[in-house]
Amino acid sequence: MSAPGSLQFCRRLLRRQLTLAVRRPVEIGNPLLFFTMVVALFPLGLGPAPDKLADFAPGILWIIALLSNLLTSDAVFRSDFEDGSLEQLLLSPQPLYLTVLAYIGAHWLITGLLLALICPVFALMLNLPASAIATLALSLLLGTALLSLLGCIGAALTVGLKRGGMLISLLILPLYMPVLIFGSAAVKGAVVGSPAGPYLAIIGAMVCLAIALAPLAIAAGLRISVDA
Amino acid sequence: MTDTAHSSPLLVADSLSLTRGGRELFRDLSFEINAGQLVQLEGSNGAGKTSLIRILVGLSRYGFDGTVTRPAPILYLGHLPGVKAMLSPRENLAWHASGEGTYSDTAIEQALQQVGLYGYEDVPSHALSAGQHRRVNLARLYLSSCPLWVLDEPFAAIDKSGVSALEAQLLQHVSCGGAVVMTSHQALQVDYTLEKLRLDGGIVS
Amino acid sequence: MRRAYYLVPPLPNCIIAPDMWSFFHKLGSPPWLYSISGAILRWLLPITLVALAIGLVWGVLFTAPDFRQGNSYRIIYIHVPSSVVALAGYYVMALAGAVSLIWKMKMADVAMQACAPIGAALTFLALITGSIWGKPTWGTWWVWDARVTSMLILLFLYLGVIALYEAYDNKVAAGKACAVLSLVGMVNIPIIYKSVDWWYSLHQPASIKFTGESTIDTSMLYPLFLMIAAFYALFTCCMLMNMRVEILRRESSTGWVKRLLFRQEHD
Repeated sequence: MSAPGSLQFCRRLLRRQLTLAVRRPVEIGNPLLFFTMVVALFPLGLGPAPDKLADFAPGILWIIALLSNLLTSDAVFRSDFEDGSLEQLLLSPQPLYLTVLAYIGAHWLITGLLLALICPVFALMLNLPASAIATLALSLLLGTALLSLLGCIGAALTVGLKRGGMLISLLILPLYMPVLIFGSAAVKGAVVGSPAGPYLAIIGAMVCLAIALAPLAIAAGLRISVDA
Repeated sequence: MTDTAHSSPLLVADSLSLTRGGRELFRDLSFEINAGQLVQLEGSNGAGKTSLIRILVGLSRYGFDGTVTRPAPILYLGHLPGVKAMLSPRENLAWHASGEGTYSDTAIEQALQQVGLYGYEDVPSHALSAGQHRRVNLARLYLSSCPLWVLDEPFAAIDKSGVSALEAQLLQHVSCGGAVVMTSHQALQVDYTLEKLRLDGGIVS
Repeated sequence: MRRAYYLVPPLPNCIIAPDMWSFFHKLGSPPWLYSISGAILRWLLPITLVALAIGLVWGVLFTAPDFRQGNSYRIIYIHVPSSVVALAGYYVMALAGAVSLIWKMKMADVAMQACAPIGAALTFLALITGSIWGKPTWGTWWVWDARVTSMLILLFLYLGVIALYEAYDNKVAAGKACAVLSLVGMVNIPIIYKSVDWWYSLHQPASIKFTGESTIDTSMLYPLFLMIAAFYALFTCCMLMNMRVEILRRESSTGWVKRLLFRQEHD
């Protein structure tokens, strides 16, 4: 018997998280269903005029992506905290920085990636011009990675609390705002035909910064939560 | 024990003090755990046993004074079984979050057989009872190569035959040069020098 | 023991002079901090109040009215200092949080907790004064201007720290969690500010022209500088007073607090 290498252990954790998610398909379906329902709310609130909806579509889609990510990030560490796996993770000889990244990666694959894949359907429902749909999917693909990284900071800090759900939005929503600004700007830019590359580059830069720093905050938050 | 007395300790606690809610649980507690020691932590409910265990393994990091040095890897089993209901016992052990080893399928099957879960390897864990969950967790004792085991109430929710099998495994571990620190409300039935760790004094034989 | 949250390793002895270390150790001692903060407050508080009074009277009564905004601009003597100090306060809080995480200094925890409500109050004051100023200037109570929006987000960040602290039962863990959160916020503040700035420049409506730089006369600037300094001093005073209360609460069962209370009763 030998201790697995760090990357091997991360792959193993990623596989574990994905298996757990696949065995509870409702957990994967819920955020997507939530997304669908909130999309349906906007025409009811704003009126069904297609050009008006198309005008607001980039912002609407990005805000819903933000909310559905927020709602799911609360659960990233919760079950592991409740059944004691988290204690074992913290005591493991593996670098917590990388193992935390495995959790975030699993969360992003389950929520962000799926959302980016199915968003064209919602974009069409909200009458977003077809030329902007590729940019929307790309910006969501990048942006949701950032949302997962930030959301996990909130999840780590509130995992030990009984009522973390509302609190996590208070902690994390202010941090989501730059992503919202650049993500929706990229889509809006694509609608009017300007290049979306610079916006996506800025989001990519923020993702890089978050990959470097967020796991440190998450690791610290998990240690504090388990300690409390 | 004499042959291992010269090797370096597996765990050193130096003047640990803990006060909780204005009540002093222990003060200036210093001890060493060496290979071959079987140590039972003594104290009534609320005396601070679990708090001390969490300090020893490194889960508690704030709010106490003193230092703990851990030269050897530790296997810690706490109150929570750390078993995922949606995974089978085999997957639970193979993908365990503690990440201390890569186990072959046969090793896992043998360990599960030792804890009386033969035939349950690929049953989803949510179909198992609470006692069986604890047994899945105890199977780690048969897989791990950590020299020091820190066990918080390992006998809870385990039936009589399970308890004696566990006692035999503890005995096997300490006689092979390992060490065990544990809490238990039951008296241990082992043919070995059982040392007591008292929160107000340290280790006494 | 692995400490994954270490952003900076503990400073080795050779970097900080030995007497500096003893100063740090004293800072970590509640009775010493309590008495030294009392001594500081004894002279800092009167100076702060006098400076505030002079700055206000000077700014409101003895400066010329602005040629475009008339007298309404005078609210900057409250608005500008409170927004400057509110932002600086977040950094003070985050740095105190970093000290508490890295060097495990309990009094840094206390300092961090003392900052949060003051910072939130100042941010709120900045928002209120800004909106009062906005009514005569822009004709509306609220404008989604870059600076207003950034201040609003800063308020959210402060409220997040306060809410997180209140949510934890274990106050030691609460302090650590807030330290992590405020450090995360500190990294994010420049990003948020820059994004909001950029967002506003993209959406700037034509009706509000704020780009034409209105030069401010130096005679108006002196009282403003005085007010900014006075607000910094006010922040320090409030922080020290908050810290003293928190020290007494945390140490209420210790001998020195009991002796202190006994002495005060019998004086």
